[in-house]
Amino acid sequence: MKIIDIKNLEKIYNDSEVKVHAVNGVNLSFEKGEFAAIVGPSGSGKTTLLNLLGGLDKPSGGEIIIDNTSVGTLKSSRLIDFRLHNIGFVFQAYNLIPVLTVKENVEFIMLLQGKSKKERDARTKELLEAVGLIDRIDSRPAKLSGGQQQRVAVARALASKPKFILADEPTANLDSKTTENLLEIMEKLNREEQVTFIFSTHDARVVKKAKRVITIEDGKIISDERRN
Amino acid sequence: MIWSVSWRNVWRSKVRSAVIIIAIALGIFAGVFTWAFYYGMVDQRLETAIKTEVSHIQLHNPKYMVNPDMINFIPNIQEVKTKIEQLPSVSAVSCRTVQNALITSAETGSGLRIVGINPEEEQKITDIYTKVIDGTYLTGIKRNPILIGEKLAEKLNVKVRSKVVVIMQQMDGTMTKGSFRIAGIYKTTNSMYDEMNAFIRVEDLRNLTHFEASAGHEIAILLKNNQDVESTLADLKTEFPDLDVKSWREISPEVSLVEETMDISMYFILIIILFALGFGIINTMLMAILERVKELGMLMAVGMNRRRVFSMIVLETVFLTLTGGVLGILLGYAAALIFMRTGIDLSAFSEAYERMGYDPVIYPVLKLNIAVKVTILVIITGLLAAIYPAVKALHLKPAEALRIDM
Repeated sequence: MKIIDIKNLEKIYNDSEVKVHAVNGVNLSFEKGEFAAIVGPSGSGKTTLLNLLGGLDKPSGGEIIIDNTSVGTLKSSRLIDFRLHNIGFVFQAYNLIPVLTVKENVEFIMLLQGKSKKERDARTKELLEAVGLIDRIDSRPAKLSGGQQQRVAVARALASKPKFILADEPTANLDSKTTENLLEIMEKLNREEQVTFIFSTHDARVVKKAKRVITIEDGKIISDERRN
Repeated sequence: MIWSVSWRNVWRSKVRSAVIIIAIALGIFAGVFTWAFYYGMVDQRLETAIKTEVSHIQLHNPKYMVNPDMINFIPNIQEVKTKIEQLPSVSAVSCRTVQNALITSAETGSGLRIVGINPEEEQKITDIYTKVIDGTYLTGIKRNPILIGEKLAEKLNVKVRSKVVVIMQQMDGTMTKGSFRIAGIYKTTNSMYDEMNAFIRVEDLRNLTHFEASAGHEIAILLKNNQDVESTLADLKTEFPDLDVKSWREISPEVSLVEETMDISMYFILIIILFALGFGIINTMLMAILERVKELGMLMAVGMNRRRVFSMIVLETVFLTLTGGVLGILLGYAAALIFMRTGIDLSAFSEAYERMGYDPVIYPVLKLNIAVKVTILVIITGLLAAIYPAVKALHLKPAEALRIDM
């Protein structure tokens, strides 16, 4: 089932005197439950493409259709609400809220969604068990290692039961062992929750695990390889 | 959870928050304490004005108010007094005969107001008898005793049992003089009053001026309760349409003015303090937001809408302001509680204070409404100070905010 359909997507930055074509005529689609990596050198347009997919940036041209909704046509307030219910984010720097505990960080999004306490508690417990951090439920992020923080970030991204997760360089700050562990957790959740994961990365370890590898250069897709 | 997040955010940078909280607390402390101080000062002045000088209500012949001449009296004053005593709100009534006069000692003379009183009756109305610092309250001297203020005694250079001569007008318009002996010297907190008022027995004044026994110039009324002034005033105006009936507010408008304008003055002072603190709060919140650009970007990215982001920043600012505000109120109350017992001695400036009728030892007065008013002002300051930082946060673009390296 197709959940994301990108048609002739363009993003041009006019900030400087020279126009920068960060994304140039991209056509892509993603199915439910994919585990895909977007790879490419620095400045190739990976993060811009991810930002456009996540509705964090407005495209200069083309269209992104997510679950029959054209994201580009949504007004700012509707777009925020759309993100809340459809998209999960994992960031390179984890970006957990330092004043909240692990549990509170995970359930925060569900609170924004207006879910009941019972629902929140059950989902938080389920996700923290899945990422192996149930014993750190009341810890603050500062007390956790980088890998543990990123696992909390993955749990947070899944808490809202999104249609897909966008992970921007999620392993860039992690060592090999931690990366391996994190990728295994994400693979497992991808399988169990049937949620699509889209990574932007140049980490070979992520590429190795990905079931689909999309290569981008100068804002254009130059290859799209699916693996079994 | 937004309330909880906002509260915890206040304590992220403990030192920075503590600095602004202490600044707010000191500002509010100053405001609250000054307010309590002025309440005390004005309450004391009111107490003096009512219990020592003018009572709650006075009645006069309307002509006397225009021309305080001896002939402008209230006839059958005892009948009027009896009627007034029957009002349930009335505590005590005193009839006075008043005459402007000249008092002379062996050395000098001075103009003043001679008040002829019935000492037993007057004691129920005014507390001058408690202010006698030397001698007695018109007792101990058989013939023509007089009670004068300390300031006048100093001016005339006289003491208890000294002889003074009082010159005044008789009923027929001719001048007369009487020899009086000082029975006592009193001292109130109003040196002007002490200099301008002397008390003699009403029968001595009548003998000297041939004033009618059934008449008088002034009826002073003390009520059981300060709150009954307006209703009793209305009753008396209806009952005695031919007399001039005035409350203490009309008789001593300067005291009334101070009482009525005190709250406005204090609001003005506090608003200036809070206005200055507001800039400190804005600065602190802007720094807090600058430090959290990435986090705010993340919150917006994951679906926290503008209303919630705005609320979070506003709540954070209000919590920060309110913490300092409550601390300042508590400090102000604590200081006021201490000085309520010991008083604040401003004797170094006593002459200036006493000339204005104020006691040089001020006992601050704590009223709940100070805390309520200050808390409301603090919350308003927090809300206003939050607007600019919150709007600044709303202008962040999630994609750009997330790219910033902190």
